[in-house]
Amino acid sequence: MSGHNESILREPLITGTDITYAKITNDILMPVENKPNKAWWIGFIVALCGALLWVVAVSYTFWFGIGAWGLNKTVGWAWDITGFVWWVGIGHAGTLISAVLLLFRQNWRNSINRSAEAMTIFAVICAATYVVSHMGRPWLAYWVLPLPNQFGSLWVNFNSPLVWDMFAISTYFSVSLLFWYTGLLPDIATIRDRATGVKRKIYTVLSFGWAGNVKTWQRFEAVSIILAGISTPLVLSVHTIVSMDFATSVIPGWHTTIFPPYFVAGAIFSGFAMVLTLLLVARKVLGLENYITMFHIESMNKIIILTGSIVGVAYLTEFFIAWYSGSEYEQYAFINRSTGPYWWAYWMMMTCNVISPQLLWFKKIRTSIPATWILSIVVNIGMWFERFVIIVTSLHRDYIPSSWAMFYPTWVDVSVFVGSIGLFFTLFLLFLRVLPSIAIAEVKLLLKSASEQAKLKQIKEGHLDPTHVSEYVESLEKFDSVKQEEYAKI
Amino acid sequence: MNNTKYILGSFGDPDEMMHGIDKLQENNIKIHDVYTPMPIHGIEAKLGVKRSRLDIAAFFFGITGTCTMLSFVYYAAAIDWPINIGGKAHFALPDFIPITFELTILFCAFGLVGSYYASTHLFPGRAPRVMDLRATDDRFVIAVDAKENTDHTKIDDLLKEAGALEVKHNERKYISYE
Repeated sequence: MSGHNESILREPLITGTDITYAKITNDILMPVENKPNKAWWIGFIVALCGALLWVVAVSYTFWFGIGAWGLNKTVGWAWDITGFVWWVGIGHAGTLISAVLLLFRQNWRNSINRSAEAMTIFAVICAATYVVSHMGRPWLAYWVLPLPNQFGSLWVNFNSPLVWDMFAISTYFSVSLLFWYTGLLPDIATIRDRATGVKRKIYTVLSFGWAGNVKTWQRFEAVSIILAGISTPLVLSVHTIVSMDFATSVIPGWHTTIFPPYFVAGAIFSGFAMVLTLLLVARKVLGLENYITMFHIESMNKIIILTGSIVGVAYLTEFFIAWYSGSEYEQYAFINRSTGPYWWAYWMMMTCNVISPQLLWFKKIRTSIPATWILSIVVNIGMWFERFVIIVTSLHRDYIPSSWAMFYPTWVDVSVFVGSIGLFFTLFLLFLRVLPSIAIAEVKLLLKSASEQAKLKQIKEGHLDPTHVSEYVESLEKFDSVKQEEYAKI
Repeated sequence: MNNTKYILGSFGDPDEMMHGIDKLQENNIKIHDVYTPMPIHGIEAKLGVKRSRLDIAAFFFGITGTCTMLSFVYYAAAIDWPINIGGKAHFALPDFIPITFELTILFCAFGLVGSYYASTHLFPGRAPRVMDLRATDDRFVIAVDAKENTDHTKIDDLLKEAGALEVKHNERKYISYE
């Protein structure tokens, strides 16, 4: 690990020149070990109001049935499934960061994986609530499970993508939870060994007795890499199956083979956008600028350009194939999407998902925190509209013009959606208070090799190619957490 | 009589700690265990920790999941309640690939993590066996059994020489018990 120096051509993953192992622990545990500040309370109260709205709206739906929503005979699926797919998509970044980036040995994942995984779990919870509430009779939700039942041995329809989806989402949720919690054990032990009283007792139970001996750490790393290996295909399979909910139907606009890769790219795209939305605020409020650096922000922005462009190509391919198929219904579905009564939703989606992420090609924009934050929200709005466009515009003008209809959401639709955002933020803000928002042990691993101070030491020792040094110093200019004066004399 | 049970060398730097392990081993002093706040690569070879067999276990858990789901869905769809859908095959294998895959992953993940917890004795509420409270924070701690290795001054010297910031003589094995 620390025997050799990392090349200074790589940008540092931890900035600051006075970082020690103790300081990493103190900085990251600051929000857990101290009373919350005003910013947290304001955020929490607003989020909690949202969560209460969600409770009211979902209870209303349970009491009166899904007639409370704006659905009609033609548009039988609208905001519910839009919200579901949106949340599942957001939930993809966490596992992508923790699993795929681990397999590719991308060390910059170490300081963002924890909160991204937490975000995954909370997003999947939000998605799951849609599944349950759209059933109409949620007390019969267990019917989706292949259980022996009172109607003879009638099984669920294993040929149905909706059943596959139940398997996929529940596997995804439980495996993500395992991955996240196992990774948390050493950090919970850190909190435990610094705490006293009741807090210590609680964290003792939660830490499973972690002591950090050699064998446990060695097995821990083995488990992480195997879990990463199996979670990578899992994360791809989940959104593939979500897309099959649509792709295996015969509705024009849904019945396309491009859906699985296109949905997966869209999921990663929206997931990273949500990670940025949350972490840009969290790093500022919690003072974690030294650990979540400009390099992390820029790297995530690069993934957003890539996946945003894949999504853009998918939109165009879909359009081309609709024309090329020669199928009148397919062609009409797409002409109607872009020029019909929902043209504004289509162009909103196109602008937010295809055009605005291209701005990130400019280095000035992708290294600007306000611009990145605004763009991340724009992407999330765009991805919501993408699902709305796919679902509602494909349904609202079906085969018989006499049954054509528009969809108008009721206050319940709106409240379930706005409330689910409140629920998500409530859970996320609670997480920031009770568990370390950055994987402490994994960040400590980087201190001796990939930190700014280790590289500065290398420069001071000399023996380096001066062109490499100047290139490195130049790359530091974009960092908001680096004291530039240190490098002025080099 | 000397009541010291364990001698702990507490290091502030992982490289110095590795150096300390070498020093002790050169002098034939057996190391009980090492406690660190982060994984240390290369340490398992020095301390003779065997390669993990969790990958093999994971494979078999996964295969169990595959077989379980395939046989269950075969039973449900082809034996117990076959439904004639336009004369198509009852056991439509391509349709069952996604769920079989999901169950493979599910069994593999739970089996793997369960075996890990079992083999390293991790479970909710287990009393933590901590020798030095800072070993989960900023110290890298080498523990030497003081009853087996009786030349305590030599151990102290070797640890200090290697760069230990502190050498402790603990009269209790685990300080975390109340």
